[in-house]
Amino acid sequence: MKNNVFLMQGNEACIYGAIDAGMRFFAGYPITPSTELAEVSAQELPKVGGKFIQMEDEIASMAATIGASLAGLKSMTATSGPGFSLKQENLGFACMTEIPCVVVNVQRGGPSTGLPTAPAQGEVMQSRWGTHGDHPIIVISPSSVMEAYMFAVKAFNLSEKYRTPVVLLMDEVVAHMREKIEIPDKSSLEIINRKKPVVDKDKYLPYEDTEDLIPPMANFGEGYRFHVTGLTHDETGFPSTNPANASKQINRLLNKIEMHKEDIIEFDEYLTEDAEIILVSFGAVARSAKSAVKEARSQGKKVGLFRPMTIWPFPEERLKELGKKAKHFIVAEMNMGQLVLEVERIIKSDAVVHLLGKANGEIITPDEIMDKIKEVENIG
Amino acid sequence: MASNLVEKYYRMDKLPHIWCAGCTHGTSMNAVVRAIDKLGYNQDEVCIVSGIGCSSRATGYMDFNTLHTTHGRALAFATGIKMANPKLKVIVITGDGDATAIGGNHFIHACRRNIDITTIVFNNNIYGMTGGQYSPTTPTSSLGTTAPYGNIDPVFNICNVAAAAGATYVARGTAYHTQALINSIVKGLENKGFSVIEAVSDCPTYFGRRNKIGDAVEMMKRLKELSVNVKAAEKLPPEKLEGKIIIGEIKNETRPEYTDEYQNLIDRLKEEEK
Repeated sequence: MKNNVFLMQGNEACIYGAIDAGMRFFAGYPITPSTELAEVSAQELPKVGGKFIQMEDEIASMAATIGASLAGLKSMTATSGPGFSLKQENLGFACMTEIPCVVVNVQRGGPSTGLPTAPAQGEVMQSRWGTHGDHPIIVISPSSVMEAYMFAVKAFNLSEKYRTPVVLLMDEVVAHMREKIEIPDKSSLEIINRKKPVVDKDKYLPYEDTEDLIPPMANFGEGYRFHVTGLTHDETGFPSTNPANASKQINRLLNKIEMHKEDIIEFDEYLTEDAEIILVSFGAVARSAKSAVKEARSQGKKVGLFRPMTIWPFPEERLKELGKKAKHFIVAEMNMGQLVLEVERIIKSDAVVHLLGKANGEIITPDEIMDKIKEVENIG
Repeated sequence: MASNLVEKYYRMDKLPHIWCAGCTHGTSMNAVVRAIDKLGYNQDEVCIVSGIGCSSRATGYMDFNTLHTTHGRALAFATGIKMANPKLKVIVITGDGDATAIGGNHFIHACRRNIDITTIVFNNNIYGMTGGQYSPTTPTSSLGTTAPYGNIDPVFNICNVAAAAGATYVARGTAYHTQALINSIVKGLENKGFSVIEAVSDCPTYFGRRNKIGDAVEMMKRLKELSVNVKAAEKLPPEKLEGKIIIGEIKNETRPEYTDEYQNLIDRLKEEEK
C-alpha cells in the first residue's frame, strides 16, 4: 500500500489539509464535537514552526485568529454550535475588515447546549446570517473525510483570494467518521496567498476600490502602518460616516463575493439529467441521499441528487435549470427546514419542493429518504 | 520638541481628536507616545490595539500599525498578533469598561499567560462614549445615567486584579503626574512579559458634571490631591487611604514570557527530530 493512504477521522483530515494549505496559527477552545481540530493542531503546528493557542473562550479564539492573520499567518479557529454563536461578533469584524481566516463549525444538535455528541445541520442560516449587519461570507460543507482535507485547502484558498472569512461547515458525522483518505502530493495542490500591495508605502490604500473589488493586503509589521477598524471606513481604512462612502463600501463588500460567484461555487450532481425527483442534500446526509438514489434507480424510479458543496453563495443558477426539468425536489437536511427555504426561493413554482427535516440527533437514513420518495411519487 | 513628537508620531490629518474639552485621554495618549519615543522604537515595528470606547479611539490618531477592535476584545486580538510575529512591540490601549467589564476575562488570562504586551488602561471611572453609565471602577455611591440614585456596586481595583492574575509589571499613574506615567509606561514596555499601567483619567463631561466634582481644572487638582505614592501609602493605616489613588509601581517581577516559551517548545521538537 502507498504510504499516503490513511484511515483518518474528518476532524484530523481537516487539520492536515489546513497545514498543507499553509495554516500556521490556530486558536481554539474545547467543545464537542470539534475538539480534535484543536488537539491535532496543538500536536502538529509546532512541528512545522506554527503556533497553537488555547484561548479563554470562543470569542477570544476568533479574535486571536484574526490578529494572527493580520500579522501575516494563515489562521484558523474551530468550534461547534454554542461556540459558533460566540464567534459571531468577531466573525463580523473579519468580514468588515476583510481579514482572511477560516472558521470550522462542526454542527451538533441545538438549540443551546442541545445534543452535544449528536449530529445536526442546524447552522445553515446562522453560518450565512449569524453576525449582525449585511455582510458577505463563503460557506463550504464536506461530505467525506477526503473532502474534509480538500475543503480545508479550498477554505484557505478562498479566504486568501477574496480577503474574507470562510466557514467550513462540517457536521458531527463527517467530523468523527473514520474512512480511507489518500493525502495528495503537496506539489499537486493549488495554494493561493493573499494579494500584496505593489504601491509605495505612503500610497497604500488598505480598502482600495480595485477592479476585482479585492483590495491588496499588507501585513502588520511590513512598514505600511495602516489602520484597521470595525467602524465603517473609507479606502484609507479610517472611520467615515459619510453616507455616499458607506454605500460604496457596503456595495463593494457584497459585490466582492457576488462578482466571483462562478469561481467560488462548487456542487455535485448524481443522475440528475433525467430525474423527475431530485434530492437536495449536503454534508453527511448527501451520502444517505446518494444511497437512496441508487436504491430508487434499482427500482426504476427516476431520482437524482443535487449536492451543494458551496452552501453560501448557493449554487442558484444550476438549481434553477434543474427546476425547469424535474417535477419534485426533496430537501433532506438534519434540521427542521433551513436549506429548503433557499431551494423554495430559487425553484419558485417551477416544481414542488418538499422537506425531509430531522433534528433528533440521528442522521437521516437512506430508508427514510426512500419513504419520502414514495410519498412524493404518490402525489404524482 | 513637543511639536516634533506630534508630527512624527501622530496622523496629522486625523487631528483634532474627538475627545471632549478637559478630557485627559489626550494626555495619556501622549504619555504612550513619549514612552515609545524614549525607547526609540521603530514605528513600523510597533502595533497598537484598542477596544471600544473613548480610550480606544486613540489608535486612529497614532501613526503605527493600529487596530481598533471589538468591545473588550483588544487583548485577544493582540495575543494573536504577538504570537504570529513576536518581533512586533504590541501595546493595548483600553478603558475601564473595556478592560474590566466586557473584557475582564481576556484581561485576567492575558495577565496569567505573561505574554509580552503592554496594556495601558485609561480609567476615567465611567462609560463616556455611551453617555455616562457606571463602570466597574465608578466609585460606590457615585451617580451615572444608569445609577440615578447612586451606584451600589463595589469597585474593581484594576492593578490588584492584574497583579493577582499574574501580570509581571503593574503600575498606576494619573494624567496629572505625566512624567511618572511616562516612566511607568517605559518600564512596562521594557518588561519582557505582560505589563499593566492604569492611567487614572478625568471625564469632566459625564463623571465630573453629574457628580458635581467641578470643571476640568477642579478635577485635575483633585487627581493631584487624592494621589498617594505607593511607598507613602505603605506607612498609612487603611482608613487614611479611603478614596485615595495609590500611584507608582505596584509589582515588578520576572517570569517566563509566553511567546518565548512557545518558541522553546518549537525548538525542543526540532531537537528531538534530529
